[in-house]
Amino acid sequence: MTTNHILTVENLSTRFQTPDGEVEAVNNVNFHIDPGETLGVVGESGSGKTQIFLSLMGLLAKNGTSTGSVRYKDKEILNLRSRDLNKIRGVSMSMIFQDPMTSLNPFLKISRQMTEVLVEHRGMSEADALKRAIAMLDRVGIPGAAQRVHMYPHEFSGGMRQRVMIAMALLCDPEVLIADEPTTALDVTVQAQILDLLRDLQKDFNTATVMITHDLGVVAGLCDRVMVMYGGRVVETGTVRDIFYDSHHPYTEGLLKSMPRIDRANEDSMFAIPGQPPNLQNLPTGCAYQERCGYVMDRCCVERPLLKGFGDGRASACFREDGQ
Amino acid sequence: MTAMTAPDKRDNAPILSVRDLKVHFPIPGKGPFAKDRPLKAVDGVNFDLFPGETLGVVGESGCGKSTLGRAILQLIAPSGGQVAWLGKDIVGIPHRDMQPLRRDLQIIFQDPLASLNPRMTIGEIIAEPLVTHKPELGKDEIKTRVKRMMARVGLLPQMINRYPHEFSGGQCQRIGIARAMILEPKLIVCDEPVSALDVSIQAQIVNLLQELQREFDLSLIFISHDLSIVRHICHRIMVLYLGNVMELADRDSIYAAPRHPYTKALISAVPIPDPEIERNKERIVLTGDLPSPLSPPSGCVFRTRCPFAQEKCATDVPTIDRVSETQEVACHFHDSI
Ligand SMILES: Nc1ncnc2c1ncn2[C@@H]1O[C@H](COP(=O)(O)OP(=O)(O)OP(=O)(O)O)[C@@H](O)[C@H]1O
Ligand SMILES: Nc1ncnc2c1ncn2[C@@H]1O[C@H](COP(=O)(O)OP(=O)(O)OP(=O)(O)O)[C@@H](O)[C@H]1O
Ligand code: SF4
Ligand code: SF4
Ligand SMILES: [Mg+2]
Ligand SMILES: [Mg+2]
Repeated sequence: MTTNHILTVENLSTRFQTPDGEVEAVNNVNFHIDPGETLGVVGESGSGKTQIFLSLMGLLAKNGTSTGSVRYKDKEILNLRSRDLNKIRGVSMSMIFQDPMTSLNPFLKISRQMTEVLVEHRGMSEADALKRAIAMLDRVGIPGAAQRVHMYPHEFSGGMRQRVMIAMALLCDPEVLIADEPTTALDVTVQAQILDLLRDLQKDFNTATVMITHDLGVVAGLCDRVMVMYGGRVVETGTVRDIFYDSHHPYTEGLLKSMPRIDRANEDSMFAIPGQPPNLQNLPTGCAYQERCGYVMDRCCVERPLLKGFGDGRASACFREDGQ
Repeated sequence: MTAMTAPDKRDNAPILSVRDLKVHFPIPGKGPFAKDRPLKAVDGVNFDLFPGETLGVVGESGCGKSTLGRAILQLIAPSGGQVAWLGKDIVGIPHRDMQPLRRDLQIIFQDPLASLNPRMTIGEIIAEPLVTHKPELGKDEIKTRVKRMMARVGLLPQMINRYPHEFSGGQCQRIGIARAMILEPKLIVCDEPVSALDVSIQAQIVNLLQELQREFDLSLIFISHDLSIVRHICHRIMVLYLGNVMELADRDSIYAAPRHPYTKALISAVPIPDPEIERNKERIVLTGDLPSPLSPPSGCVFRTRCPFAQEKCATDVPTIDRVSETQEVACHFHDSI
């Protein structure tokens, strides 16, 4: 079977061993992404969004293990040795992290941090690597890139640092770019600049992009397809229009209804999903959303709903889909 | 009941009147003989707040929102101006005179867990203001009131002896609200009270604040960088930029017809969770970053990012003009743009 998926994830599960027992952070996740496509990943804090992508990049914390399959083009990359993974990581597949300071070394000039990968993986000379680094900083809108490339991370503002991160991630023309909440820490006016930049880059480079975010407005503006996570599992997938205009899963529906909107005058009170997000350490038997779901049935508390496809790449994990 | 109708302000005297409020932090100059330079975190803010009203304070990181909130409560000493609480200026009054007023003036913070003492039970945390301000109350009475308030904010009263780390972010924020509400204050400054919470939990907390407001005729100062939530909860909105008020207006005017170029850009930058609308809306994308607050631009502080800036903007500081009954704008060209 030939597909043009650039990344194919099958039955990915990730568990952490902790003194209080095992945490099932990611449970049996399946998805793929094609060149030029943007996949949005949404869900509550702790629902497993970040850990999916740390797993496939081989960057899990020491107490974590993953099972399943992750293919980059046709090559299996899950649990690959670091040495082999490094040929792909940061080269064909890059990640922009939630906290920019975790991937920028505060003691090294930006120039050094940017040229290293080019010299190592592209066999460029120092001089050429520096030229490319400056060109990339320029591309992401850093004024005076030729001077600023010699500065340290703390000498940049939050928005500028995020641009540096994006420039670094794009140095080797990756085919897959994973952006983990790249604008959450930024002001809206700067967020708008960065989102414009990501849109432009996509047009120019046809990069496959994963956008992890809790902001459904960002998803609405940027993504082609959406994957909704709850309690470590995918509960719904579909195109951006499917998800926003015809959602099937009760959690997706609740999430959309509880988003305050700047373009609407208000009703009396906001719609709120009752209760708390589930504790991954002891998920209830049955559906993880049962305690907060307005449609809960007896069956939901004993049996776990599986993600079921219903055409055109749409799927939802809820017993209501069974037509009951 | 229509919760969002602004209280009829004209019937009441303002509960709080802030005039020309300034907070300048001295920043040590570089070099042994350099003089301190003032960082003008809040630079001449004016507004009135009425009973039962919610004033939103919005603007980018570092524009002075938290400093303003704290200066109003005298948790930071203002460098100038007046804060009249119930008609009386409280700037610089002795601690002994301020203490009794604190009963009516409370604050809740952004990071719910970090703002709660980890070694105290939540019962002790919520009771603390009562113990300080009403020492005459007996132990049983305090416990009764704490449990009543816990139930009111949606915490199970039997959790009274638990510690903060045993609670989720949303529950910790409920604890913070219970502590702020226990003395039935007249004003609460809410400093980004829902920014750290998940979308589904944000709505719960916003609803709780609105219910409490109606029940106790509370006034709120709601500091936030989320203009969508502010539209929902606030009656009037103040837009700050580098410590200066750009626009101050009632909710409907500011969202339907913003008059300041900064307000326009800010509102148009907020993503709307609807693909059709979000992809087709007109946007004003500002260039550049916030200037350093240590060397703010001359004239209009917004001019380095303003798409409409002209010569006059570099030389003259715009005054804040009343453009309608409910809207004030600080821009030389608010009539023509
Ligand atoms: N090293 C670890 N040990 C134990 N549990 C972990 C570890 N790292 C992550 N987890 C748990 O895995 C779960 C999923 O975490 P993840 O970081 O993927 O959440 P997320 O969806 O990205 O949330 P957020 O929106 O807050 O970033 C969480 O419950 C988290 O506590
Ligand atoms: N104690 C202090 N000493 C010196 N400068 C300060 C102090 N507190 C705040 N500032 C400065 O005053 C300005 C306003 O800060 P403030 O915390 O009020 O901003 P804010 O609008 O609340 O920002 P955020 O949205 O990030 O919370 C900033 O430039 C900040 O660096
Ligand atoms: S399976 Fe049941 S509890 Fe779960 S989302 Fe569907 S209806 Fe709700
Ligand atoms: S005064 Fe000038 S710079 Fe300031 S907002 Fe108005 S047009 Fe822009
Ligand atoms: Mg995450
Ligand atoms: Mg603040």
